Amino acid sequence: MPWRLLRFALSQKHPEPRMFATHDSLKSSYDVVIIGAGGHGLAAAYYLARDHGITNVCVLEKGYIGGGNTGRNTTIIRSNYLTPEGVKFYDESVRLWQDLAQDFDLNLFYSNRGHFTLAHTDAAMRTSRWRAEVNKHYGVESEVVDAAFVKQAVPMIDISCGGHAPILGGLYHAPGAVARHDAVAWGYGRGADMRGVEIHQRTEVLGIDVAGGKLTGVQTSRGRIATNKVLCAVAGSTPRILKMIDVRTPIYIHPLQAMVSEPVKPWLDPILVSGSLHIYISQSARGELVMGASLDPYEVHSTRSTLDFVEGLAAHMLDMFPFLSNVKVMRQWAGMADMTPDFAPIMGKTPVEGFYLDAGWGTWGFKATPVCGKTMSWTVANDRDHELITGFTLDRFRDFALTGEKGAASVGH
Amino acid sequence: MKIMTCPINGPRVISEFAYGGEIRPMPDPAMATDDQWADYVFNRTGAPGVKKEWWCHTPSNTWFVAERDTERDIIQRTYLYAGDV
Repeated sequence: MPWRLLRFALSQKHPEPRMFATHDSLKSSYDVVIIGAGGHGLAAAYYLARDHGITNVCVLEKGYIGGGNTGRNTTIIRSNYLTPEGVKFYDESVRLWQDLAQDFDLNLFYSNRGHFTLAHTDAAMRTSRWRAEVNKHYGVESEVVDAAFVKQAVPMIDISCGGHAPILGGLYHAPGAVARHDAVAWGYGRGADMRGVEIHQRTEVLGIDVAGGKLTGVQTSRGRIATNKVLCAVAGSTPRILKMIDVRTPIYIHPLQAMVSEPVKPWLDPILVSGSLHIYISQSARGELVMGASLDPYEVHSTRSTLDFVEGLAAHMLDMFPFLSNVKVMRQWAGMADMTPDFAPIMGKTPVEGFYLDAGWGTWGFKATPVCGKTMSWTVANDRDHELITGFTLDRFRDFALTGEKGAASVGH
Repeated sequence: MKIMTCPINGPRVISEFAYGGEIRPMPDPAMATDDQWADYVFNRTGAPGVKKEWWCHTPSNTWFVAERDTERDIIQRTYLYAGDV
C-alpha cells in the first residue's frame, strides 16, 4: 500500500482499476462459462484458475457483482448441521473461511462470535442434543447449553420471552461467525481477475445451446459464446436458466426477507437464532442489528419486501429483547431463495453433458461459498462429482434418496 | 397489506390464507413408471409465470384455485375448483 501511494500519488491518472478489469467485448469462445457473479460463481472461477490452471474462463452477470443473494444474506457462517454430509461439507467451508482474508489480502471482517440456536421447547432441546452429537462425532465444536449459560453470554435477553416461550437452553456452536459479504465476492472476483478470468457484468444469458445432449454454447445479450462447459450458480434465477435446457428440478423460489436497525452501541456479541420465534439476529461491526426471519409463505420471483414481515419480526424481537422497543428499523430487503424439498443443495453434473449446477442453496448459501467454489471447480475441471458433494446430486430425487437437512435450517421454514 | 379474494367470503387480507402449491395432475400410480412418479413427487415448475395454485381461506377452511403471476406477485383470478383445471 505505501509503495503504491509513492508510485501513483503524483501521477495524473490511476493506472489500475480499483478491483477488476472491465472488458469491452466477449471472446467468441471460452473453456468454461460461469453464469452468475455472486460469491459461488466467483469462488468457482477463482479456484478454477488457482488450483486447476483453467484461466480461459468468463463469468457472466445479469446485474452487478454480488448484487444477488451474496449481498442480501445475513452473513452468518456456521457448520452445526444435522446430516453427516452437511456437517462435513460446512466444516470444510468454515476452515476455508478462516484463511480467506490472508488468501485475498483483503479484510473480510471475519468475526468469530459464537452461535446459539435457542430452544424454547423440549422437542427443540432434543434436536439440539441430536445435532450436538452428530457435530461432535465429526469434530465440530457444538454443545448443548442451559438457559443460565445463554443468559451469561447475552445479559440483555429476556430469558422468559415475555412468559410465553421461555428459553430452556440451546445449541452453542463456538466457531459461528459473521463476515462482510460484499468483500467475499470482491475478493474472489479480484483473485480470479488477476489470474486471467474475465468478469462481464450487465451481461444476461438469453439461451443455452445444446446439441445431442451436449452443451455447445451460450447466447447472451452481448452475443454468442461457444463453450463446452457451463457452471450455473444463479440462486433464485436457477429455474429460469434450467427452463432453457429443459431440465426439471424440485427447486421452488420463495423470497427471504431481512432487515437492519439503526446502529447502536455494541451489546450483542454472539449470533442468536430462535426456531420457535422465527428470528435470527447478530450485531454488525457498525452496530446495526441484522435480523432475519423465515421464508415468505408463498412462491414469488421478485425481491419485493413487505410490511407484514417487519411487523412479525419486530414483534418477535421484542419478546426476546423488550428494551429494543424504541430502536428504529433502517432498511429491509429480500432475496430469492431457491428451496429444495430436503433443505440440502443440488450440486454437480446434470443430464446435459457439460452443464454443471450449483443451486438449491435456499437460505444457507453464503456460509458455503468457499467450499462450493472449491468443490464445483474440481467437478468442472474433472467432469466428475467431488466426493464432498455426492450427497447433493440432482439424481437423489429420482432415486428417492434425499439428504434431510431441514432440522438444521436456521429457523423453521 | 395484500388482499386476496376468497370465492366464498370475498376480499380478505393475505394473512388469512394458506398457500397450497401449484396444481399438478397426478399420474395413475398403477401405470406410472418410477421416473414419472419421482417427477410428480418432487419436481416443480420453478420458473416464473402465471400459475394455477391451491389456496385455502383458513378461517372458513375454503380451498379454491388462484391464478397468480409469480413474477409480479399479482393475483389475477380466484375461483372454486370445479374438477376441470
